[in-house]
Amino acid sequence: MSILIPPDLLSKIHAHGERAFPDEGAGFLFGKDGDVRHVLGLYELPNAREDAARHNRYLITPQDYLKGELEAERLGLDVIGVFHSHPNSPNQASEYDRDWAQPFFSYVITSVYDAKAVESRSWRLSEDRAQFIEESIA
Amino acid sequence: MTIIRIPTPLRAYTAGQSEVSVNGLTVLEAIADLTTRHPAIRPHILQEDGELRPFVNLFKGEENVNNLQGLKTPLLEADRLMLIPSIAGGCHGN
Repeated sequence: MSILIPPDLLSKIHAHGERAFPDEGAGFLFGKDGDVRHVLGLYELPNAREDAARHNRYLITPQDYLKGELEAERLGLDVIGVFHSHPNSPNQASEYDRDWAQPFFSYVITSVYDAKAVESRSWRLSEDRAQFIEESIA
Repeated sequence: MTIIRIPTPLRAYTAGQSEVSVNGLTVLEAIADLTTRHPAIRPHILQEDGELRPFVNLFKGEENVNNLQGLKTPLLEADRLMLIPSIAGGCHGN
């Protein structure tokens, strides 16, 4: 299980996490699923959580979700996942991430320490919702 | 019949369909019909007690049904429901 993210888009994901620091930043991965899941675009979104929670939580509202999905359709793509940053924290998916996770989606998490993106890892929810399974980023 | 729009991550459970036609005079009945037609979608939208999962939102037109009569919101033939997830997460801690 792997996800192909072109270097320029991975750089944009890192830059987004750095701009959002010390808050969490998030957005959608647009692309195509198949034998290889391929990211072909990004859709950056505002973090809708209240000020005091943005350092360790992100929220994409239903309205923003729908806008993103319609934009992907307009581009002939699908929403295939979500990217978000973990400020001053590892890029390991948390229990909170799992509680709120959707099936099918790839969750790309970027660790950002002192406003500098370090590394991204990607995860998918298991079918029984019991755990996240890491997928390699190619 | 009422049409329910299915979000991308749940389309694997509706044979790839982005829209499903269901019967029901209320939102509750429409969801019950959806989960009867496509049982595999049930754990991803409903808790074991039958309530909607916290991250599942149902919109009737442009209005969240929570701002109407919740699952008891009545439906007409021409109504269109949209199943929309709230996307959330975050690192450790509260």
